[in-house]
Amino acid sequence: MRSFVSNSPTIAPATPLNPRRCGIIVGASEGMGAALAKKLAKEGFTLALIARQKDKLQTLCGEINSSLNETRALPYVHDVSNYHEVPDLLRMIVADLGGLDTIVFMAGVNYPPGGVDKYNFENDRKMIEINLIGGMAWLTPVAEMFQNAKAGQIVGIGSVAGDRGRIGNPGYNTSKAGLATYLEALRNRLTRHGVNVLTVKPGFVKTEMLKAAQGATPFAITPEKAADDIYKAMRKRRQSIYTASLWRWVMLIIQHVPSAIFRRMAF
Amino acid sequence: MQKTFTQLENFGHSLRAPSYLIQPKSAEEIYSAFKLAKKLGLNVTARGAGRSYNDAALNGGGIALDMSAMDQFIKWDQATGQVRCEPGVTLEQLWQKVEPHGWWPPIVSGTMKTTLGGCLAANIHGKNNFKMGTIGEHVIEFTAVLPTGAEIVCTPKKNADLFFAMIGGYGMLGIFTSITLQMKRIHSGLLTVDAFPVQNLSRQLSGLQDGAPNYDYIVGWMDGLASGNSLGRGQIHAARYVHEGEDKNPRETMKIQNQILPPRIFGVFPKSLLHYFMSPFMNNFGTWGINTAKYIASLRKHTFQQPHAAFHFLLDYVPNWERSYGRSGLIQYQSFLPKETAEAAWTEMLKLSHKNRLPSYLGVTKRHRPDKFLLTHAVDGFSLAMDFKVTDASRAKLRAMLHDFDKIVLASGGRFYFAKNSETTAETALAFYGPETVAKYKKLKKRCDPNRLLESDLYRRVFGEKDER
Repeated sequence: MRSFVSNSPTIAPATPLNPRRCGIIVGASEGMGAALAKKLAKEGFTLALIARQKDKLQTLCGEINSSLNETRALPYVHDVSNYHEVPDLLRMIVADLGGLDTIVFMAGVNYPPGGVDKYNFENDRKMIEINLIGGMAWLTPVAEMFQNAKAGQIVGIGSVAGDRGRIGNPGYNTSKAGLATYLEALRNRLTRHGVNVLTVKPGFVKTEMLKAAQGATPFAITPEKAADDIYKAMRKRRQSIYTASLWRWVMLIIQHVPSAIFRRMAF
Repeated sequence: MQKTFTQLENFGHSLRAPSYLIQPKSAEEIYSAFKLAKKLGLNVTARGAGRSYNDAALNGGGIALDMSAMDQFIKWDQATGQVRCEPGVTLEQLWQKVEPHGWWPPIVSGTMKTTLGGCLAANIHGKNNFKMGTIGEHVIEFTAVLPTGAEIVCTPKKNADLFFAMIGGYGMLGIFTSITLQMKRIHSGLLTVDAFPVQNLSRQLSGLQDGAPNYDYIVGWMDGLASGNSLGRGQIHAARYVHEGEDKNPRETMKIQNQILPPRIFGVFPKSLLHYFMSPFMNNFGTWGINTAKYIASLRKHTFQQPHAAFHFLLDYVPNWERSYGRSGLIQYQSFLPKETAEAAWTEMLKLSHKNRLPSYLGVTKRHRPDKFLLTHAVDGFSLAMDFKVTDASRAKLRAMLHDFDKIVLASGGRFYFAKNSETTAETALAFYGPETVAKYKKLKKRCDPNRLLESDLYRRVFGEKDER
């Protein structure tokens, strides 16, 4: 049984003088995903929005479509950990949109173990299943599609947390580091085929996820600011960005802290 | 069945549609593709050479059947001039097959790269439309496979409703599997061509109308940038077949090597590079210069002899010429108007294009007569095809202007041709076909394709029903 339903393609026909740019956002119902959906729709994209929560998703699509007075966002209910659904759903979305130019893999969960001396394999596993394997489940077939089409853009949301393994949340660090490495590998494969792969590494963004974070949250930005940064990087076809951009310099330092010191830090 | 995900484009490079490409080799394989499409929940469209200026051979996100592997001649009868072949055979293959034996395809398009399946689907016309009609009028029989799996045979008498609807039906009822065509007898590989200038639109149209009865082919070039008293000026080329006995050595002139277009200019410069040198002129100023020079050169009235291929396939003269229009490509806007209203309507449209500073860089006029196909584009009058460059800056303005053009054409009793126009809306299509014709077409569609498997981007644009899938 498929848990998703097809949307009737009621979107305006694409013509040379009214071209359609199509995108998928996986994990679009709230936070950065929702903010990016609004931003991309405003910039002219027609979007397939994917999330688990049907109500939130439909509200968001309704909001976007009524603000632009045109069907520009189509909702698809899907749980990223249902990997087997991806090929059918992807095919249906590409047929509904009439093509695909961009995919943004935004879905992510963060379940901190609740202390530096706590361990929780089940939570770690969930984070890997959604943040990393979910990303691979979506981006692998899209990468193949884009390679054949010799065009396209893949955007993956990593994290500053993926740059070093730290004491606070090993599972989350691993999931984001894994995704970043996977995106790098896709970039190396696909650049020669005219496909852009953008890795976005947000620092702290004021979303639901941030509420779960422990300790200080410096340089926290709004989801809208993050969405603006991501769109700008997409337009310039950048390879990798931090948002806020200040994190680039912070992480440059952190990445170069020798292990002998890093393993003694309370960070 | 092998399916490859591929980026497909229209001829003008102004649209892109990624699709699963399947290359069938037989009617059975076409039916397998239908079954696969049904299983996967995808639509299917047939694609010939991909030479349409719009979305007729595009099916974004769906299955495109690349018909080019079905390119075999099944039967060629030199005595009667009847040829039976698969739909992927191109006009180029066809004329090269029949011409050495003293025959020529009765109708050809401005390019020889098109496939016969595509020619029938669009029911193409040539520069002899006023005399010979469309290609459909020379089809003796065709076979097709429907999405239901049924294989049908159609002639003007047998399955006549489908014969007159599938020709010109844009491949949305079924897919041709074989086509039997009647060739036209010729007595020389040459045509006698008269070239003469026309000073304005009125003379352009009267030149076509008065000239047509005296010739076998007639076509006008229009300088889309000329204004004022010269609005619609240009040059008419009118050609006659060389009659039996006039050509002393027809075997020689009908040889393929005496027909084909030379690949180099002055024997040295490869024409495949020419489009790079044309790009810098593809703007209002550059085209004004070129058109003015071309018009001045055309002022000398003259008569000459020219091989068939050179006269007909002007669009193949510069390979990849459409690339010279730049990254966003070009679109063509062709309108068909009754002879009574054409001059006034096109005067208004040309003036509008000048006012918007969006002139057509190439204008082509032809003389037409009506035909009895269901989705006919023809009228007793004329057609004007205008090429427009697409740029990011001009898109919105050009779109608004073409919608104004649509209103003028509809108000003047005109029609459109779906191999060309890319902006025509469903409302416009309904207006010029009339609800009765559209209802008739949709009824046939339901009968041939109950699961709505055959859909192209064109179909969805002009016949698509919302919320029905």
